Amino acid sequence: MADVHPLIRDELLPPHRPARRHLISIPDLERGDVERLLALSRTFARSLEREVKKLPALRGRTVVNLFYESSTRTSSSFELAAKRLSADVMSIKATGSAVDKGESLKDTALTIGCYDPDVVVIRHPEIGAPNLVALHTNAHVVNAGDGKHQHPTQALLDLYTIEEELGGIEGLQVAIVGDVLHSRVARSNVQALLLMGARVTLVGPPALIPRGIEQMGCSTSHDIGTIRDADVVYVLRMQKERMLAGANYVPSLREYTARWGVTRDRLRPGQKVMHPGPMNRGVEIDDEAADMADALIERQVRSGLVVRMAVLYDLLTHGPVEVKVAEIEEVA
Amino acid sequence: MLAGKSGHDDVVILGARAVDPSEGMDALLDIRVDGGVISRIEPAGSRLDLNEHRVVEGEGYVLAPAFVDPHVHLRTPGREDEEDMSSGTRAAAAGGYCAILAMANTDPVVDSASVLGALVEQARTEAEVPVGFLAAITKGQAGEELTEMVELAEAGAAGFSDDGRPVVAPSLMRRALQYNAAAGRPIALHCEEPTLSRGGQMHEGAVSAELGFGGYPAVAESLMVARDLALARYEGEGLHLLHLSARESVEELRAAQSEGVRATAEVTPHHLCLTDEAVRSLDANVKMNPPLRAEEDRAMLLEALRDGSIGAIATDHAPHARHEKEVPFEGAPFGVTGLETAFSALYTRLVKPGLLELGTLLERMSAGPARIYGLERPRIAVGAPANLVLLDLEATWTPSETAFRSKSANSWLLGANLEGTVALTMAAGRTAYSA
Repeated sequence: MADVHPLIRDELLPPHRPARRHLISIPDLERGDVERLLALSRTFARSLEREVKKLPALRGRTVVNLFYESSTRTSSSFELAAKRLSADVMSIKATGSAVDKGESLKDTALTIGCYDPDVVVIRHPEIGAPNLVALHTNAHVVNAGDGKHQHPTQALLDLYTIEEELGGIEGLQVAIVGDVLHSRVARSNVQALLLMGARVTLVGPPALIPRGIEQMGCSTSHDIGTIRDADVVYVLRMQKERMLAGANYVPSLREYTARWGVTRDRLRPGQKVMHPGPMNRGVEIDDEAADMADALIERQVRSGLVVRMAVLYDLLTHGPVEVKVAEIEEVA
Repeated sequence: MLAGKSGHDDVVILGARAVDPSEGMDALLDIRVDGGVISRIEPAGSRLDLNEHRVVEGEGYVLAPAFVDPHVHLRTPGREDEEDMSSGTRAAAAGGYCAILAMANTDPVVDSASVLGALVEQARTEAEVPVGFLAAITKGQAGEELTEMVELAEAGAAGFSDDGRPVVAPSLMRRALQYNAAAGRPIALHCEEPTLSRGGQMHEGAVSAELGFGGYPAVAESLMVARDLALARYEGEGLHLLHLSARESVEELRAAQSEGVRATAEVTPHHLCLTDEAVRSLDANVKMNPPLRAEEDRAMLLEALRDGSIGAIATDHAPHARHEKEVPFEGAPFGVTGLETAFSALYTRLVKPGLLELGTLLERMSAGPARIYGLERPRIAVGAPANLVLLDLEATWTPSETAFRSKSANSWLLGANLEGTVALTMAAGRTAYSA
């Protein structure tokens, strides 16, 4: 950054960044990008209220879903989002494909690239997999979750849900509770919420709050009592499958639940409760909290569809969105 | 202890700025090499008798004692697809090195006199620059039984190391130090407490927290450094600490040195030039063990290099096949190459901006490592074998995948603009590289 020559002043630099090619992490986005995507999501939500839900917007485009990890919500909503926009969708799962035969991610990317897909949506257990696919295909790449790194469309659908429910994000206090260490959802959400002007506190047992994470601009606490100060309590799943055996992050799930479980009596009336799913009921959240009226968990799932429609549409039509939105409504 | 191709050249190098910090030399000189030995050193322009010698016009260049790399992975035997005796030593010669030490973590491990003997033989016919071989401390580097250290020392082992792995059990580490009193070679230690580094992909800190990578905390190194220094102090034995990365490790080292423990240490170019911020690129060519650490660590390593508590620069040249590194960061093996870029990287990133004296850099790349391993110090002196490097400090270059003699190109400097190139390397009296 400091290397910019003093003679190259701001006004001499190009006025706009080049069109965004991929959605790999939240830091790829500026606030204006998020606002545009949320507005576009609202437009798509209105379009889905009609009897015929399909839009011709991405007719003739090809979207490949490449999933190396199990997923219900994310893979189904990306698939449906692409279909609602009339794109051709091809879904590839790691099991039952050449990946089983030891094919490298690079070779899989090159193979898929031969079909000239417009978008590759990838979920992978390793950080940086979407970057590698972006390097070896000409497609727009959407990260549907890479290891513990990022899950940007989850963060966008969470922002959308909060904005729809509470009317805005700026100035809100959000507590993210639980296994932050293993959570890509937490990382993307911290960045997305801070970008939109919310304040974020991470709450959980010491070993599950990574050292140094407060440098992202959030605060941390080991006291579950602090969630009472929040407008939104965002509960994370205990990711047992990502934990190293014998690492003793917490002595037991029983003790975790007793100390950090989100229960009805730890919440204040009117607080909104969110969870990215799938839930471990009785571990990080109890039934009462999950099923109460202020829980937005099902709304999050519904938001996933329109937000992913917006992401796909936006990547494939880099123009000023206002104009395009009008076009969509006309066609629909 | 060192083995390489034989041969002796006759060369005259005219008018170069000869810099040998250990000899207090910095002057424009004409130098004649007869039969591989420096025979005349005269002020520039003194009309040396050229005989039939090859004449090298050195005007505008720096002539220095050639470099010694105390830490190279030649991948031979076992992974000759990544590096072999010939390619690795050609890379060394191109980087200005007149001698390198190869680590024992090959397949099979260098843990018996027969494996060691075969390598020494191979080096005699294939190595462009002399190579010394370290032998393992424990059989198979499994951390259970000591190797036959005395026999290995007699067979020519340059030292002992399980590099790539720590010696986990304190009792075994103690025995190795005790027994080495009989073997009498440097013991070089990879300090890593494995239960603390488990699952670690990069330095544990703000960057790993943000990116989500498993953390490899600084204390995983410094705790093992402290343990090994405590054992060395107790046994009255010396030791050498490989590739230090953490500030706390340097503090332990200095404390032990000030108490008289015979402890030496090395640092790599990448730990001197980069921090964990580089990992934001998710480029597998910045993944190494120990990992790149924070700016305070980097600053402390540089300070320790300047004041001499860290006496040597080591590349930890670790070639890897392209397909192994062209994967997501977490799946990639640890290690980067360094033989062909070490001088340029350090000259560009540290000497040019005024952070390190050229003389200090030259000393820590040559006399420093030679002293640690008891090797003859490369020097510019009449009667010394020609171990010389001619450097063009004005020239610039950009490493690319096709630019290397090494079989592997997993360099953290691909695409970087570097200053300073090697024009000529003489190793043990033989011209090993000529640009």
